[in-house]
Amino acid sequence: MIAGLNAISMVLAQDSVQSSRAPLLIAVVFILVLASLYGFEIITKVPATLHTPLMSGSNAISGITIIGALICIIHMEPGSPFITILGFLAIVFAMINVVGGFLVTDRMLQMFKRK
Amino acid sequence: MPTLATVVTPAIPLWVSLIQDIAYLVAAILFIFGIKQLSSPRTARRGNMTAGVGMLLAIIATLYIQNAMSVVWIISAMIIGSAIGAVLAIRIQMTAMPQLVALFNGFGGLASVLVVGSEYLRRSHDTSLPITFDQGLTMGLSVLIGCVTFTGSMVAYGKLQGVIAGRPRQWRGQLIGNALMFGISFAASIWIGWDNTVGWTLLVIAALSSVLGVTLTIAIGGADMPVMVALLNSYSGMAACATGFILDPPNKALIVSGALVGASGIILTSIMCKAMNRSLANVLFGGVGTDDSTGSGSTEHESRPVRSVDAEELAMMLDGVRKVIIVPGYGMAVAQAQHAVRDLFHILEKAGTEVYFGIHPVAGRMPGHMNVLLAEVDIPYDRLLDLEQCNPEFETAEIAMVLGANDVVNPAARHDKSSPIYGMPILNVDKAQTVIVCKRSLAAGYAGVENELFVAPNTLMFFGDAKKSMSDLCKALTEQ
Repeated sequence: MIAGLNAISMVLAQDSVQSSRAPLLIAVVFILVLASLYGFEIITKVPATLHTPLMSGSNAISGITIIGALICIIHMEPGSPFITILGFLAIVFAMINVVGGFLVTDRMLQMFKRK
Repeated sequence: MPTLATVVTPAIPLWVSLIQDIAYLVAAILFIFGIKQLSSPRTARRGNMTAGVGMLLAIIATLYIQNAMSVVWIISAMIIGSAIGAVLAIRIQMTAMPQLVALFNGFGGLASVLVVGSEYLRRSHDTSLPITFDQGLTMGLSVLIGCVTFTGSMVAYGKLQGVIAGRPRQWRGQLIGNALMFGISFAASIWIGWDNTVGWTLLVIAALSSVLGVTLTIAIGGADMPVMVALLNSYSGMAACATGFILDPPNKALIVSGALVGASGIILTSIMCKAMNRSLANVLFGGVGTDDSTGSGSTEHESRPVRSVDAEELAMMLDGVRKVIIVPGYGMAVAQAQHAVRDLFHILEKAGTEVYFGIHPVAGRMPGHMNVLLAEVDIPYDRLLDLEQCNPEFETAEIAMVLGANDVVNPAARHDKSSPIYGMPILNVDKAQTVIVCKRSLAAGYAGVENELFVAPNTLMFFGDAKKSMSDLCKALTEQ
């Protein structure tokens, strides 16, 4: 286990020589861990009545991968049809996820009324 | 030979990337506030909109820089995707909600995989941006999680839609096969970190994990679907999170939002597991779960004294009753009986009867399934009681009406140690003065367990399809 961690840290160290990536990576892992913990925290308070909208709403948020798709296609060099097609499809599917997810959640939530 | 993979891609000025990062931060804050507002029915709708604004902001900030060539592609792809999403969301029937959630979920996973594919190709052609160890590793992981999410969600969709049989399919060596597929994919992900020149490694991961998604989900029985749907939801977040790591610089919007969704899905999964008193491993690999409540295998037990009741008799029983608790299950969803239930609710309320609904956390096919159906027909949400709120109420209720639910009301879960559902928290309908069980037949529930409730001395069976039974009952009530 320790040997494994050592190996990984050595790889990261090698990377850091090339690109000074290690500090950046550590910062990002910090973000990841804190966001996950906060995610656990806020969800525990959601009542059972709202579990479905919560799920479809958070599902729409996971469509954030649209940002990745956009970045890919923005940075692409001209004249690479295969990359374009993959990026294009990524945007289409992510947009279905985002737009469909938020809309259907809204449709559901409209129905939740107190007397 | 450039050796520096600069943190900021040279084409983007520093101030633009700074503004983008600030926009992503604001988007993440909006997501968090949105989810927070989702925790109360009063603010939930606003919460969803808040999150939507966050998404819009993140998209606009990303689109701020683009070159003229990509703009056509981007706009057309966004229009196509939005149109498909909007049509699906607007036209879907509320009863088909579990399928739609599964479908959207799968598309999210697929999008992540496609992003990785396109980014890998771009980076392997462009020597100024070498793929670092962590990027290679997360590319592999993102494809792994994304493919499991995609094919798993498609199988879940098929099962919920009835295209694929709902019963769990299991075979010898399934567990070992799954472990192998996962192990190889994981090892291959690490290998991409070391050596990313071999493009087909990603394809191997994609193929193996696609199969893994199918084998994992096909083993899940219909009644265990809420757990699987919640878990797949979590995976789609994790896939987005991993995709955030492959970009250069790592994209904080993807990482934060993906982590939020991943964490929320895990919590929801564990809530569902607790509601069944089973571990996640048991749900994933334990394989109980035929498709219950569809009334397919109608095994009649002539020998047992089952007392049944018809609509007219039941209408008379309901006359002048103070408190009725209705316990809906998947049978109500299948029969689309929620509108008839609403009519019953109004007739009884008008007659001065208090009507409550007891909702078990795993009733139906996704978390909160019953709540959505009852909300659709304008049942006020303060009439929906969860497990803890509802159980004390049965003692004072004259009538508990079980509508297409089975295992979640089986008293064997309380006392029969040999029962597969022993220990599962149930709704104690048998504590009510009289229990009416509305069901198509005496078929056993998902665990294959016979329900002793049906032959209990205070139980009356009201046989028939949930929708027809409820309409008959309403008719009888208005006529009397």
